[in-house]
Amino acid sequence: MDGTVASRKKIMTQTSLTVALLLGLPALGWAEEAESVLSAADTAWMLISTALVLFMTPGLALFYGGMVRKKNVLGTMMHSFFAMALIPVLWMVAGYSLAFGTDIGHVIGGLDYLFLRGIRPDDLNGSTYPHLIFVAFQGMFAVITPALVAGAYAERIKFISYALFTGLWLFLVYVPICHWVWGSGGWLYEKGALDFAGGTVVHMSAGFSALAFAIVLGKRRGYGTTNMSPHNLSLTLTGVGILWFGWFGFNAGSALAANATAGLAFLTTFLAPAAAGLSWAIAEWTRTGKPTALGVSSGIVAGLVVITPAAGFVGPGSAVIMGLLAGVVCYGAVWLKTPLGYDDSLDAFGVHGVGGMLGALLTGVFASWAGWGDPVESLLFHTDLGAALSQFLVQVTSVVATAAYSTVVTLGILFLVRALVGLRVADQQELEGLDLTQHGEANYHF
Amino acid sequence: MKKIEAIIKPFKLDEVKDALNKVGVKGITVSEVKGFGRQKGHTELYRGAEYVVDFLPKIKLEIVASDDMVTQIVETIEVAGKTGKIGDGKIFVVPVEEAVRIRTGQRGGEAL
Repeated sequence: MDGTVASRKKIMTQTSLTVALLLGLPALGWAEEAESVLSAADTAWMLISTALVLFMTPGLALFYGGMVRKKNVLGTMMHSFFAMALIPVLWMVAGYSLAFGTDIGHVIGGLDYLFLRGIRPDDLNGSTYPHLIFVAFQGMFAVITPALVAGAYAERIKFISYALFTGLWLFLVYVPICHWVWGSGGWLYEKGALDFAGGTVVHMSAGFSALAFAIVLGKRRGYGTTNMSPHNLSLTLTGVGILWFGWFGFNAGSALAANATAGLAFLTTFLAPAAAGLSWAIAEWTRTGKPTALGVSSGIVAGLVVITPAAGFVGPGSAVIMGLLAGVVCYGAVWLKTPLGYDDSLDAFGVHGVGGMLGALLTGVFASWAGWGDPVESLLFHTDLGAALSQFLVQVTSVVATAAYSTVVTLGILFLVRALVGLRVADQQELEGLDLTQHGEANYHF
Repeated sequence: MKKIEAIIKPFKLDEVKDALNKVGVKGITVSEVKGFGRQKGHTELYRGAEYVVDFLPKIKLEIVASDDMVTQIVETIEVAGKTGKIGDGKIFVVPVEEAVRIRTGQRGGEAL
């Protein structure tokens, strides 16, 4: 090399770029084209997390199944299990691509990964673990989210209507919102919206869609006068145990690495649900005189929901406070059904919609750890109040956008499905139960 | 032959059964039933949904016996099944037309 200024500048630039590249390696991979190296630890952790998240869907099936009347237990569990059959296929065909493919207009991904084409098993896509594992991991989220909506239409939905709705909802509601928040180029992603594991993408979308569904579908026959009490709460409690266990994969796995952030998310996922179970129990104990098994377990779920957008961003103390709030707020929210007059049968809105919204907003209050490398400013932990207020506004934006979009598009899908195949089973079928009329099966033979 | 039908509180079953064994009753049929009389039901609350449950779990005993055993059986159940509180139950005696032991084909008193 000669000794000119230009060539010295060139060497400087090359050196700085290399240094920057090496420093940037631990950052989230999908936005980078950088050469990355496979980390066995990250790969192992992501594999485990993916399996943990799958386990949540059967957990959800038990959670919901125990809460319905015995004539509907299989039908209700089918809403989770059939999703486990349908969604992975749709995800592989186009769901993943539309969620995480090359951005189009900041609202949707492209078709570059249709049928997962072009992804070799050893492709890392800039991450430290194989791209295909990320596909699977995200696919598990895509499975459970529509299954959450089932809480709204339990005990009265026609199976074909459920199946059609679920497939359409995946592509028209879940995938776009997923892209906005987590896809590179997505408009909320670009704004820096903080959603660690899916407070908006999963819980708010499902919760608000559930509300819309419950209102359009109408109440169960005999609601308010018939005894519709849970037929087997021990199933429900077992389900919550499985959900909590799996949720460690849902939240800590969303760190996308076996690192400190995963550790933080793991801990907050331990603390928030505990606090929420406690506060729900105390709220109930105070209001009615008896804490219930359903209450404590619902409180735990509310805490898991509230911490979901915040898991890798907030400290343990904040997690406890968020949990305590979620227990009380969601407990109140489920009581709203009665005066407001809608039959959100299994409280998908009360717990997931409200809990998700609370969590997304509180993330803007309590965030203090840079979960994914960028500095984080929140109302209580900031170096720049202006930036913190900006961040909070972004959180509000993501909440409003998710709620509005989910509701409107779900309504559209419902009207379409209703026109094509109807929504509700006939009155006589509702009386006989979904198990027998929709599936020709009975879970209990006296 | 008479059938003695008794509705008793579930936790009294073992006591009643033991007392009946002592007076020589060889066979009893037991079913889990629900019912109410003067005993009030209770309220159950599930996440904001309140249900008044009128029916209470009870146990129904059925014993078919020869006429000469009936009085003793009724008194035995009455004593063993009593707590003195509302909801103790009731005993009914109804006539039985025929009894058959399926294994042997014995009829009437021999079938009991």
